[in-house]
Amino acid sequence: MLELFRDANALWVLAGTTLLGISSGVLGSFAFLRKRGLMGDVLAHAALPGICLAFLFTGSKNPLWLLIGATLTGLLASLFLSWITRFSKIKEDTALGLVLSTFFGFGIVLLTQIQHSDFGNQAGLDKFLFGQSASLVGADVVMMGSIALVLILLASLFFKELKLLCFDANYGKSLGFPMVGLDFFLMLLLVVAVVIGLQAAGVVLMASLLITPAATARYWTERLDHMILISACLGALSGLVGTILSSVATKLSTGPLIVLAVTLLFFVSMLCAPKRGLIAKWLRLIQTRQKVRQEQIYVAWNQLGNQTVTLTALSNQSNLSPAQIRRWIKQQKRGGQVMESAQDTFTLSNASWKKANDTALLRLYMEMWHMYEDIETDCSIQDIEQLSDLPESLRSQLQSYLQKHIPEEDQTNYYVTRKAGME
Amino acid sequence: MMSSLWIILTGALIASSCAFLGCFLILRRMAMLGDAISHSILPGIVIAFLVSGSRDPLPMFIGAAVFGLLCTIIIQLLRNQGVQADAAMSVSFTALFAIGIILISLFTQQVDLDLDCVLYGEIAYVPYDTWTWSGVDMGPRAMWGAGAAFLLSLIIVRLFYKQFKLTSFDPALAMAIGIPVAIFHYLLMGLVSITTVASFESVGAILVVAMLIVPAATAYLLTERLGVMLGLSVLIGAICSICGYLLSVMLDASIAGCMTMVAGGLFALAFLFSPQQGVVTRWWIRKKLRAQF
Amino acid sequence: MTTKTPPLSIENVSVAYHRKPVLRNITYQSPEGECVGIIGPNGAGKSTLIKAALGLLPLAGGEVSIYGKPYSQQRKLVGYVPQRESVDWDFPTNALDVVLMGLYGQLGWFRRPKSEHKDRALEALRKVGMESFAKRQISQLSGGQQQRVFLARALAQEAQIYFMDEPFVGVDAATEKAIVQVLHELKEQKKTVFVVHHDLQTVSEYFDSVMLLNLRLIASGPTNEIFTTENLQKTYGGRLAILPPQTNDLLSTQ
Repeated sequence: MLELFRDANALWVLAGTTLLGISSGVLGSFAFLRKRGLMGDVLAHAALPGICLAFLFTGSKNPLWLLIGATLTGLLASLFLSWITRFSKIKEDTALGLVLSTFFGFGIVLLTQIQHSDFGNQAGLDKFLFGQSASLVGADVVMMGSIALVLILLASLFFKELKLLCFDANYGKSLGFPMVGLDFFLMLLLVVAVVIGLQAAGVVLMASLLITPAATARYWTERLDHMILISACLGALSGLVGTILSSVATKLSTGPLIVLAVTLLFFVSMLCAPKRGLIAKWLRLIQTRQKVRQEQIYVAWNQLGNQTVTLTALSNQSNLSPAQIRRWIKQQKRGGQVMESAQDTFTLSNASWKKANDTALLRLYMEMWHMYEDIETDCSIQDIEQLSDLPESLRSQLQSYLQKHIPEEDQTNYYVTRKAGME
Repeated sequence: MMSSLWIILTGALIASSCAFLGCFLILRRMAMLGDAISHSILPGIVIAFLVSGSRDPLPMFIGAAVFGLLCTIIIQLLRNQGVQADAAMSVSFTALFAIGIILISLFTQQVDLDLDCVLYGEIAYVPYDTWTWSGVDMGPRAMWGAGAAFLLSLIIVRLFYKQFKLTSFDPALAMAIGIPVAIFHYLLMGLVSITTVASFESVGAILVVAMLIVPAATAYLLTERLGVMLGLSVLIGAICSICGYLLSVMLDASIAGCMTMVAGGLFALAFLFSPQQGVVTRWWIRKKLRAQF
Repeated sequence: MTTKTPPLSIENVSVAYHRKPVLRNITYQSPEGECVGIIGPNGAGKSTLIKAALGLLPLAGGEVSIYGKPYSQQRKLVGYVPQRESVDWDFPTNALDVVLMGLYGQLGWFRRPKSEHKDRALEALRKVGMESFAKRQISQLSGGQQQRVFLARALAQEAQIYFMDEPFVGVDAATEKAIVQVLHELKEQKKTVFVVHHDLQTVSEYFDSVMLLNLRLIASGPTNEIFTTENLQKTYGGRLAILPPQTNDLLSTQ
């Protein structure tokens, strides 16, 4: 492990993969938000014919030529993609697969032709497909790293415009930004990011490096700038981890390890992210369920119109089973909110009784609010948790709707309505 | 000469069976699922290889089919958790593919499996791997595999043609009249996995995608009847195989790659000159109409 | 209170997306052989009610029964006309074929449509005035014609109850006439039809009875009794003000 840091070449590789991770994390975020996540996959495959053509024309394996070739075919692929969806009834997913596989097939034809003919130094051309970062050498890595750096700089320079493009392209157009040109620019950045990553990660894995950090970052934040930062960090982290692991286990190449690292981060985030994670969602679900149960019982109690009710009456009124109600009552007994005044007959404490009435009334108010969505108010319907959250003006307005809507003879809500009318 | 014939026949069976199922994939807007499945079978193949210790088709077939289905299930689960569709797909298949590559490099000694071969396939070797049944040489094994997969797809789609059609066109109505939509989704995915497995050895994992999508998309532009579309795509698949082989002889290049190029060329022709929907055709009709007035 | 089982009976049904209620405590029993308009503002849960009745959405509570039995046992009695945008009209198939799809439920698992089924499909197309378009590719039909094909598909089902989700939206006059004609015929055959409807001006003309819906069932019953300004105000709230003024003339005010 320590030897890794003494070896200059290994350090270069480490720096290169980290920069690569950052640039693909940043650009991938934009692609992800444009719902173009699979573009990375297409561009990576479309790079193959470009690499082969560049080699055929120049006869050299100078990464710069290969990069230019791959960029050109990548751009061509994205042009074809938009033409096919615009000028025929072919849908986007089909167009993606079509362009991807046709370009790749063309690339394979060129590749095999090169291999079968006697070009001297063609060996290693196909390594572009699987990635060989362990065997990356100084010059390649320097180029990869510096181009990645340029990409990061460009993306941060045009951050505002790209953000607009992802969020609302039509609005951007109305502000006078050249959105079509900007879209092309983003595509160009993406193509270059994919192409420089090919050597390190390979075709399939480059697709993952573009989309997975972005999808992971989405779990942790609701803000674009944060998302891009997080995505860049995740990309860098997986680049680091993958490279270090592959230098420890020399048999394994870097690309797949980077992908596994980034996928692991994705699944961990999916489980544990604070707001959108599965565990958080699950906990919220339990909480909500308890709250809904409590609301149901309170409302039923209120509808029965008596502080003291029997279990059977409560069960009939609320459509809950006696066992469900007992479980709730058991919790409440501990705090003294409910007393068992006789066998299966329960009395609410005064405080809880008021709470029950408030809950029932709030529920009716909220229904009115949902019905009259156009009510003018500054507060949002999601923020209202209890009756006291409602501002007075809104409350009186809801009250007037309530009296219009709930007829006096509506037996189920009789108590609340009458009470509300008296206030 | 005989071997050329075997290659063309095998190629035609593979292309046709892929194209046949591809029709349903593109109509359901799941074309990229073919891409995902064809990549994610890699670990299944390697594991089957390690467990059985041979290149027997059956364990490989089971391993690959299991991982193909696993991939579609993971994608579905991720989507149910609110993951964006493209992300769900990319995350699952790239991860499975990475696992496959790592397994190969971990067990290089045991695995006599050429990564290049898995990815691009080498249909030129097909005639040398023959199936001998009670002492009689029955021809290439890959041909029988692809043929069996094709036959299975044909039988199942024929049996449940109306269900496949309705669940593709209007899943809500299908659900309302009691057709188990999810079962037919997974049935189709199962068939795609099986066909992919039967084909990848010959044309490679990535070119399976080409055979799944390109002929079907070409047929989609040429006709407006599902039955005709299915038939046409099978025909186009066969044409790809024949012309692709000839092209590869001319260019001295990969047969599978040439098949894909032919498919791409046919699509381009249909895109430009399809009798009703071609770009050039429509332009020409409009020009003629304008000249009339 | 009735001796016969009602075609559609909804018992205390609630539907919720996430936490937001979309329908709350709907209880309703439909009359038989009538054309019922389901009326309410956008987002009131009209389509949701139909989808819940057809089992396409999970219920948060309550029960739906068709002639006294759960929907899953009565599928053959129910015809469904979904919203036109719900399918991809580029699908490679023709009008007759789409109508034939309505018969798939009766065909069961393995049987294929035969000429008698084709005749029935053609007959259904004739009823909506589309028989000359039977072989026409569906993408080449106009919006109204596509709607009529969907209607014909439901007719071919020969059901007892029909659910139609906004059939009148964005159609031409000829289609509108064809749909009204079909509604009349269905009524004569004592079928029950539920139509999600937007245009308040035509309600009294088209429907024998109405369901006024806005999250909860505001009112239901015969159109001339229920379709009143007062009930509409309850249903639409402040939004009624934006309706065209002549609507008021068409309302059956007491």
